[in-house]
Order: sequence, then C-alpha cells, then structure tokens
Amino acid sequence: MKALTQKLLRDLLLLKGQLVTIALVVACGVASYVAVVGTWRSLAGSCERYYEKQRMADVFATLERAPESTARRIEEIPGVGAVYTRVVERATFPFEGEAEAAAGIVVSLPERGAPPLNDVLLRSGRMPDPTRSDEILVSEPFANANHLRPGDMIPVVLDGRRHDMRIAGTGMSPEYVFVMSGAMMSNDDRRFGVFWMPRIALAAAFRMEGSYDDVVIRLRPGASERTVLASVHRLLEPYGGRGAVLREKQISNLMLQGELKQLNGMGVVVPAIFLAVAAFLLNVVLGRIVELQRGQIAVLKALGYTGGALAVHYLELMGIIVAAGSVVGVPLGVYVGERMTKMYVPYFRFPDLAFRLEPDLVAIAVLVSVGAASFGALRTVRSVAKLLPAEAMNPPAPPLYGASLGERLGLFKLFRMSARMVLRDVLRQPLRTAMASVGIGMAIAVLVLGMFSSDVIEYFMDVQFARGVRDDLNVQLARPVPASALDVFRSLPGVRRMEAERLVPVRFRNRHHVRDGSLTGKTPDAMLRRLVDVNGRVVAPPRGGMMLSRKLSEVLDVRVGELVDVDVLTGDRRKLRLPVTALVDDMMGLGATMDLDVLSATLGEERSYSSVYLLLDPQKSQGIERRLAQVPGIVGTGRRADVVAAFRKQTAESMLLFSAILTVFAAIISVGVVYNTARVSLSMRSRELASLRVLGFTRGEVSAILLGELAVSVLLAIPIGMPLGRFFAEAMMQGMDTEQFRMPILITARTYAYAVTIVVASATASALVVRRQLDRLDLVAVLKTRE
Amino acid sequence: MADVVIEAVGLTKVYQMGEVLVNALAGVDFRLSEGELVVLLGVSGSGKSTLLNILGGLDVPTSGTMSYRGQPLENADEPTLTRYRREHIGFVFQFYNLVPSLTARENVALVTDIAEDPMDPAEVMALVGLEDRMDHFPANLSGGEQQRVAIARAVAKRPDVLLCDEPTGALDFKTGRLVLSVLDRVNRELGTTTAIITHNAPIAAVADRVITLSGGLVKEETRNEKKLRPSEIVW
Repeated sequence: MKALTQKLLRDLLLLKGQLVTIALVVACGVASYVAVVGTWRSLAGSCERYYEKQRMADVFATLERAPESTARRIEEIPGVGAVYTRVVERATFPFEGEAEAAAGIVVSLPERGAPPLNDVLLRSGRMPDPTRSDEILVSEPFANANHLRPGDMIPVVLDGRRHDMRIAGTGMSPEYVFVMSGAMMSNDDRRFGVFWMPRIALAAAFRMEGSYDDVVIRLRPGASERTVLASVHRLLEPYGGRGAVLREKQISNLMLQGELKQLNGMGVVVPAIFLAVAAFLLNVVLGRIVELQRGQIAVLKALGYTGGALAVHYLELMGIIVAAGSVVGVPLGVYVGERMTKMYVPYFRFPDLAFRLEPDLVAIAVLVSVGAASFGALRTVRSVAKLLPAEAMNPPAPPLYGASLGERLGLFKLFRMSARMVLRDVLRQPLRTAMASVGIGMAIAVLVLGMFSSDVIEYFMDVQFARGVRDDLNVQLARPVPASALDVFRSLPGVRRMEAERLVPVRFRNRHHVRDGSLTGKTPDAMLRRLVDVNGRVVAPPRGGMMLSRKLSEVLDVRVGELVDVDVLTGDRRKLRLPVTALVDDMMGLGATMDLDVLSATLGEERSYSSVYLLLDPQKSQGIERRLAQVPGIVGTGRRADVVAAFRKQTAESMLLFSAILTVFAAIISVGVVYNTARVSLSMRSRELASLRVLGFTRGEVSAILLGELAVSVLLAIPIGMPLGRFFAEAMMQGMDTEQFRMPILITARTYAYAVTIVVASATASALVVRRQLDRLDLVAVLKTRE
Repeated sequence: MADVVIEAVGLTKVYQMGEVLVNALAGVDFRLSEGELVVLLGVSGSGKSTLLNILGGLDVPTSGTMSYRGQPLENADEPTLTRYRREHIGFVFQFYNLVPSLTARENVALVTDIAEDPMDPAEVMALVGLEDRMDHFPANLSGGEQQRVAIARAVAKRPDVLLCDEPTGALDFKTGRLVLSVLDRVNRELGTTTAIITHNAPIAAVADRVITLSGGLVKEETRNEKKLRPSEIVW
C-alpha cells in the first residue's frame, strides 16, 4: 500500500466520529432523493404507461342527452382524432345487511370490442357479455373491499329500479386512478366504486337508447386545445352540455398531477437541504484537518509530492465520505421509497404501482452528492495545492481579534470574561456561526416541512367539518323537488333536524373567462351547512345577488358590484346575468351562493331542493340508509363521520411515516452540525481551554465557553429555521391546485415546539459527547506544545 | 523558621509510555516555605516539570504525599484540585497561554472574575509595567509583554504560591531578564511564595534556595547567601 493511502486510512480512523456524522448527512440527502424522486418516477411512469396502454382520452365532456348522430359532428371538429360516446350514470348498491347502500358510477361498454378510449383493464374474470343485461364489471378496489368475486350476484339500483346482476369480472380504468365519492375529497372503496355495463343494458335502464350523456375525445397531435374545447362546448350546448375539460382538469388526473407536483418539489427541496449542510460540514472539517496537518503537508511537499497529488489525497477523504453516505443512503432511500409508494396504492389505482429503482437515479444522487461535497471541499483543497513548503512549516498566523462595534459602544462591559470570549469568537467568524445556525435551522425547517401538513389538515377539518358541515347524513336527489317532497325525510325515525338546499350546476362567464361550478341556494336560517371562510368565521348567505368564492372572482376577474353571466346547465338552461354582492374567502372549490328565495325567483320556479341534510339521533336513526334506499329519486347519501374518519386515517398513516423519517433526518443534521463544529472548536481551542482549567476554571465553566458558542448557533437557528420551514411549506403548497383547495399555510405552535425540541435535544446530546472529550483534555500535554 | 506552604515527601511518578515505564520522579522530598523564591534547576527529563505539575495540582503522584498547609492533596479528586488551583496557585507558562480573544486587561480579569479577594486588574498591569498596553489583544503584544501579562494574570488573584514553568524559555536574554525582574518584584513586594523551573543555571542566582533535579531525584540543594537582583545576572 502506498504511504499516502496509509495516511488516508489512519486519518479516517482518527476522525471517525466526524466523518461518520457527515456521511450520515450525505446519506440523508441521497436517501431523500432516491426515495422522493424514485416515488415520483414510479408514479409518473405508472401513470404514463397506464394512460398510453389504455388510451386515456384528452378531452372529457358530459351532457344531458344527445343523439348518437351528433358524434359524427364532433369527429369533424379540426384537431379531433377519436371520439367515443358513452352512457355514464349513477347507481346504488343496497347490499343485504348493510345499513347504507353503496354508490357508484356506471360506465357503458361498447357493443363490440374494447372501448376505443379509456379502455378498461380486466383484472379478473371476463368482460360482461354485450348482449346480456344482467352482467356487470366491478372496479377492483370495490370488489376487494366488499369481498366480491366474479360469479357473485349483487343488487344494483338503476334509476330507482332494482336489478340483480352477476359480476362478470373486475377491472380498472385510467380515468378512475383516483376515485372521489361525492363532493368530499376522499375515497372509500367499500362504499363507492366504478362499474361497467354493456351499453345496451345501461341505456335501456336509463332510457338513453340511441343517445349518450358522456363523450371522451382524443386530440390529434398539434391540435388547438382551446379551439376544440370551444367547438365541443358549442356543439353540445343544445344537448345540455355541462362543459368539456382537458385531461389536466379531469378530476382523477388532476388529483394525481397535484400529488406528482408536490413530490417533484419535495424531491428538489429536501435533498438540497441535506447536501448544502454536508457541503458546509466538509468545508469546516476539512479546513481544520488541513490546518492541523500543515506541517505534514509541508514535509510531503518538501519530499517531492506535488500539490495536485496532495489535493487528490484530501479529495479522496471527501470521496470516501460520499461513498459511505451513498452506500447507506441508496438502500435507505429504496426502503423509504417503497414505503412511500405503498402509501399511494390505496389512493391511486394503477395496475402496476411499485417502487422502481432506476440505475440513473442512483447515479444522479451520487453525482449530485459528489458535486455538493466537492463544492464544500474546494476552498481547502485549493489551499493545500497552493501552500508553499516553507510557509507550511510555520504555524498559521495567530488569530487576530479586534474590538467590534458593540464593544466600542461599551456593550461588552455587561458580560463576564467567559461570555466575552464566546461573543468575540462568534463575531470573529460570523460566517461560520451563521452557517452553523443555518445548518441547524435547516433541521428545524425539515421537521416543520414534515409536520405542517397535518396542522393544515387539522385546521381544514375543524373549519370544514366542525363549523361548516354539521349534518350527520346528506342525501343527494336526482332532480329538484318541492318543499312538500321533503316531508318524507323529516318523518324518518331519528331525524332531529332537516334542512335542504338547491344546487344548480352552472357556467360562470365574464368576457373570455369561463368556469364551471355550482350555484347554491341557501336559507338564511341554515344551521347544518354553513359557509365558513378560511379564518373559520361563519358567513351568512347574501340577501340579494351572488356571493362568490374569492378565488372564483379572481378567475373571472370580477369585483363586487359587477355583473357575471351565469348559464344554467340544467332544466330550461336559461342564461342569467347576476350581480356579485359579496366575496367569501372559502377553502374549497369555485362556488357561488344565493338566498334560496332569490335563486328560485331568478330561475322562475317555486322553492325547490336538490340536497337534503339530516341531523340524527344516533340511537333512533339506525337503519336510516336502508329506509332511504326505498325512497325514489335519491342518487346518493353520505355520512359526515365516514368522510372525517377516512380523512383522519389517510393523514395519520402518511404522517406517522413522514414524521418518523424526518425526525431521524433532522436529528442527523443537527447532530452533524453541532458535533462537527464543536469538535473543530475543541481542536482549535484546546490550548486556550486547558489554560483556563489550569487557572482554576472548573470543567463546567470551561465547557460553558466551548459550548456557549454552539448555544449561540442553536439559539440563532430557531428564528432562522422556523420561517425557513414556513418558506419550504409554502413552496410545497405551490403544487396544490388552488381552484380546488385553498389551504392556509398554518403551522401550529406545537409543530414549531416539536421541531425545536428535537433539534435542541439532539444538539445537546452531541454537545455532551464533545464535553466528555473536553473533560479528558490532557492539561499538561496541551500546555507543553507550542501552537 | 517560616511556615511551610507546600510539602511533598517521597514523591514518585511513573508514566506508561507505550510499553516502557518511565520514572519521572523517583522519590522526591520538597518543601516550599512562606515567601521564599525557589529555583528548580535541571536538564530536560530531570523531572522538574513533573514535580511542578504535581505541586500545582495539575497531576497526581504515583506514590508519596503532598500537602498544602497541612491539607493532604495526593489523593485529591478533580474538583478539589481545581479549587486548589483556583484559590491558591498562580501559573506562568513558557508559552504564555493567553486567551487570544481577550485583551491584556481581560486576560487578567479572567482570573479576578473568579477569585475571592483579587487585586484591581489595572493595578496588576502597572505592577508588570504594562499599564499603557492594557487594551491590546495578545496578537498585538511582543513575547515579553505577553509573558508579563501572563504573570499579571497569575498574580492578580493574590495566589499563595506562584509556579513558573520555564518563564523565560521562549524569550531572548534582555526580555527574559525583564520578566524575571517582574517575578522578583512580585516576590518581594507582595511576598508571594514563588517556584521557578528553569534549565538555565545563571537564573538560580536570584533565588533564596536552589534545588537541582536529575533523573527524578533531588541531586543538590543550596541556599544563596547573597541573592542577586535579576538586573545583575547574565546568561
């Protein structure tokens, strides 16, 4: 073995504590990159393959009913490649012994062959026989959640009529990767699913023979999306068109892309944090090693080693750290990535979602780490290469101290000598102290980033479900009914209070701004469904005119007092022009609210209702869903408790994993920074500290001086880390679609306290390790040598 | 006869150097009396630094006894030794060991901050002739000046004993003599019991008593009938 290699190995052994802690920080960077970007790639790759293979459509449009012949005219729109018309309806599934009927969407299957767009992927059994009316294909998650198998019989209520159908098989589709039940952002596989039936049978059940109410379109390459959308909209308008959307706004894809965007952001931010910290630590530690080894460097140069050879020698030290970090980081990243990917499986339904480790991902992670580490080592290695042997034989120049501004103002008089030593050292190397603080602050930020989403969701739950949505059960009606028709709900056993609203699907237009949404008619005394703004304040519906969601007003570019075109998308499809009288900072969707009576008058109809909300007596209301299943004209029901529980389960799972991982990662950063800066300080000041011990300073007093500097770094890190965490949180929230959700960036004191506690605790632990080394300082030996 | 301040009997110190045992002290009896100035002479490796370290509470003997004003210290624990150093001993080192981040005055204040009945830092600085250099940082002081600050720092707490390990070792002759005269002045004016280690034989002329160490043993002990002033010696 070459002598220089021998020296390298000995140095490694000597510096093992420091090198291990830096390697761990590198490992966190590599692991977070491999995990997050790997998960992103796995999801995005699954998505791309799935969409490609199953021919996912580019444009989605729904309407009331159009004759099949109109499909030809859609095909003639320039830019349209393929058109596939369908019947898509809602159905309920009143299973024996279940309190509440399950609900779902039933999509038609063509009479011949596979669907040309949005093809169904068969998972078990076979496709339904197109000539039969009693066979159905069930979405795989629904089948699994309800223990259904091909061959089983299930009750299906189509347009109020019950059919008993045989499950031909199970399947899945790219347009339902994420399945949202009702208006709430959640999925419940047991109670909501997607189903496929032969077109003939489904059309017959809904009297849609020769017609369609849903069309999906594939665009030709280079087609103008805007033009096609406008043409489709114009064409379908007379047939009750409810608007056409591009794939990017299709709800399942929108949710998926939102998640991908967030992952992508995290894949940049989190590894960058770790690598920046690793670069800083390498800078500090290598700098000190070289300072201590000046004499050796001089001798080696005098012996004829070139500056380049010695630079390489120190670079090798860095290389070994990165290599060690990668060896730990890659498998750790794969493990975390597998867990993360698995977490997505219940929410995003792909045929083949699994974490895939692509070799180039590892290569990128390692190369980026090498780059960051080299950046950190650059200054030191350059100084090694440039050091002249004669110069290197002399000790480095003694540190120069001077009076700082604060001192000249007499501020230092307030401090004891030991405090002055700490302050002067901090002020003499403000950059190092600042970097250490930023490094420790990063640890706080990482924790805040990991925990804040649960704060936001808790707040959202509180505002939405404790103050806004207060009914126990909601019932969606197929078509609006007069007040007299509500008596049936009021008289159900266990109903303590009943309220109802009118929801009208509309298209809002202002100049060239267009958005589809709904207009809600509320009664002023509504208690069960209240409008709540982002601050949790209950907002009363307006007496006249419309109250718009602020986001909708921004999208439409309208202000209070202006008029907005509102095209009603149901019934007589009248075109209204309504004044905006108020705005509300709500958190979900693009909505508009009116007084129910005003809305009824505007629509030229008697008071009517489309949604019913019930407050229940838990004891007396048992089996209410079964009773509701007998009531005709109900499209679906939903329980608030189920939504809340699903939400909680979802967040609890991901939070547990993320907070555990990030707690460990943050601890590694703060240990890495504190331990290494403390070790370097100890090495630089051992002589000074030994002198103080000889002068009669106790171990405690001396460690207070050494650790005081670190305490300053940690204290400064708190005001740096908290806003930094908030900044990262904001950056991550950018990925969210604000037309759908507008969550406040809300970080609770508890989250901050947790982040600060973990970081301070791990900093303290590493400081104590260094303190033990300080206690073992050999006073006599240190004083005998000249610095 | 003056009171005995420090008394050591039969001190031995054995160091393990790798696989070799080194007898740094092989049975030394030593006595330091109130107000006297003692010079410990010896070549490198004679055991004089080891003896000084044990007397100063920086190290403990392998065997033998050591007491300060009758209080045994040979088996004292670390906090006791720290208190001993803090309350009774002043140290001056060959390489000064000033704290670079503190000014001259602050280096002195470092000690007066933790002492029971300290002198005024300005007064001590005047005693060592550095009243006009008080606000300089060590990097801006010459070696001799730094050593005088170190002496001021050692003296400021009114120690009972001043222990100096080669205080002139890193200095040229003229500066060394200046430092020596400061030590002499402290001994005369404040009556501080002082022990100076040196390998430089002419310095012994300023002492009341000279002890020569060799091979870990006291080889010779002489009393100077006529003590010279530092200004009178040459080396």
